[in-house]
Amino acid sequence: MDDRLLRYGLKPVVFMLLLLPAALLLAGLLRGTLGADPVAALLWQTGLWALRLLLASLAVTPLQRLTGWRWPIRWRRQLGLFAFFYACLHLAVYAVFDRSLDLAAVWEDIVERPFITVGALAFLLLAPLAATSTRGAVRRLGPRWQQLHRLVYLAAGLAVLHYLWLVKADLRPPLIYAGILAVLLLLRLPLPLPWRRRLGPASG
Amino acid sequence: MLIRTRDTSAPAASEITPEPIYRDRRRFLRQAGQFAVAGAAAGWLRTVPAGVTDVLDLESSPRRAKFSTDEPLTAEDSVTTYNNFYEFGTGKTDPAQYADALVTEPWSVTVAGACEKPGTYALEDVLRGLAPEERIYRLRCVEGWSMVIPWLGVPLAALLKRYQPTSAARYVAFQTLYDPDQMRGQRRSVLEWPYREGLRMDEAMHPLTIMAVGLYGKPLPNQNGAPLRLVVPWKYGFKSIKSIVRIEFTETEPPTTWNMMAPREYGFYANVNPQVDHPRWSQSRERRIGKLFRQDTLMFNGYGEQVASLYRGLDLRRNY
Ligand code: HEM
Repeated sequence: MDDRLLRYGLKPVVFMLLLLPAALLLAGLLRGTLGADPVAALLWQTGLWALRLLLASLAVTPLQRLTGWRWPIRWRRQLGLFAFFYACLHLAVYAVFDRSLDLAAVWEDIVERPFITVGALAFLLLAPLAATSTRGAVRRLGPRWQQLHRLVYLAAGLAVLHYLWLVKADLRPPLIYAGILAVLLLLRLPLPLPWRRRLGPASG
Repeated sequence: MLIRTRDTSAPAASEITPEPIYRDRRRFLRQAGQFAVAGAAAGWLRTVPAGVTDVLDLESSPRRAKFSTDEPLTAEDSVTTYNNFYEFGTGKTDPAQYADALVTEPWSVTVAGACEKPGTYALEDVLRGLAPEERIYRLRCVEGWSMVIPWLGVPLAALLKRYQPTSAARYVAFQTLYDPDQMRGQRRSVLEWPYREGLRMDEAMHPLTIMAVGLYGKPLPNQNGAPLRLVVPWKYGFKSIKSIVRIEFTETEPPTTWNMMAPREYGFYANVNPQVDHPRWSQSRERRIGKLFRQDTLMFNGYGEQVASLYRGLDLRRNY
């Protein structure tokens, strides 16, 4: 695909698309269409979008390996940053509305409730990744950048665990996300020979 | 209340229904003017098998009866669209979306166990002659949200006494309908169906405990547990079992669904208690539906004055 088209045409479109869930949530909040408990809706939706975009960012490399396309890699950083953006919104909704910004109560939750402990860990792992996503940071860190950014697997695993541990009875939704994560991780294993030959050398 | 135009071969309601009920129904129909006009225009009129409004006069039942709170009511559309009723799905809006598949007329209730009058009774016979009243109660869900709901119901004690529980009856157990054809959530075993709940006899006989048949002045919407549901306002919402088809008096503590599923998280008592956290979340505060911020949760959901004495000497930390 043409480089300039990507940069000046598609990039803003993708940016707007990734912003769309947040915009719809805001509109829903203002119009009162988020249901009887809008705070819960905000909390659930921001958490789900953080997880979805995190998994989408993890789908980029396998997609590239399986198809040989090179262009998806251009969206990976944006997907990862938006995952972090939704995680920030998620944490903000929780801290402001659920805990009335009572930091002692937040800390108590983090220490005492395993599902919050792992959610907070996932968040803490995502923060340095977001902070080192600039071109400059990639250059400065050199090979250590790759090592650092492997933390994303751990963050995704913890996010799924966070979801698994918070549901009351119906494990199906979090198990679907767990299954997707498992597939994405499996696809990173070395390809069997016939595939490798067909697709040429794998990258990333 | 459903009114259908009549299939010409079907007998008139007066031919198949005992006279007093039929007269009751006529009275209801007179009040329901708009339906009557529509029905008369169609030429024929038939009510479906008898329901709650055939035997109980909900419209002129006393409002704001004993124990009612004067806190602002939760909006009716919140009460009827934000429900935990896993029989219709685990999402909060699933019940409102799918519960219309439930047929509540006719309905029968089996009464069993330690009582003088066990049997299977038509809903009208369970309710006839009881006096419904409006009770405005707080409802606190174990998930940390709450509502204020104007229920219409009868004291559970009055209903249970009809079946003359014997001295062996120390507990009373309830079951929800099991019918995956009507209750699509039951097609997956998210919980162990049928849903079961139970109370100690003194809790069941307590004047705060009601069997609800309506809310906001009308018969219960299906998603809120039509036609018959328990309301025990000092306990977490999951104790207030919906769409009841079986009542059994027992000598020993009956098994209850959430307790069977996760005994460390949901106890048999399930009294609202801000000091005893659910293992996965705090119970000290709650979000009143319609508000953005949380407020403090009250011991026994604010009904301590009425019920604390039931639990004297009981360690509420262990009997959560
Ligand atoms: C300090 C960090 C975090 C806190 C305090 C937190 C807290 C919460 C809370 C309170 C809930 C709602 C639980 C309930 O409904 O009972 C929730 C749900 C959720 N969170 Fe988090 N979370 C954190 C980080 C994350 C992160 C980093 C992700 C994903 C990348 C995430 C994804 C989710 C998901 C998917 C849900 C479930 C949504 C649903 O039920 O539909 N959370 N979180």
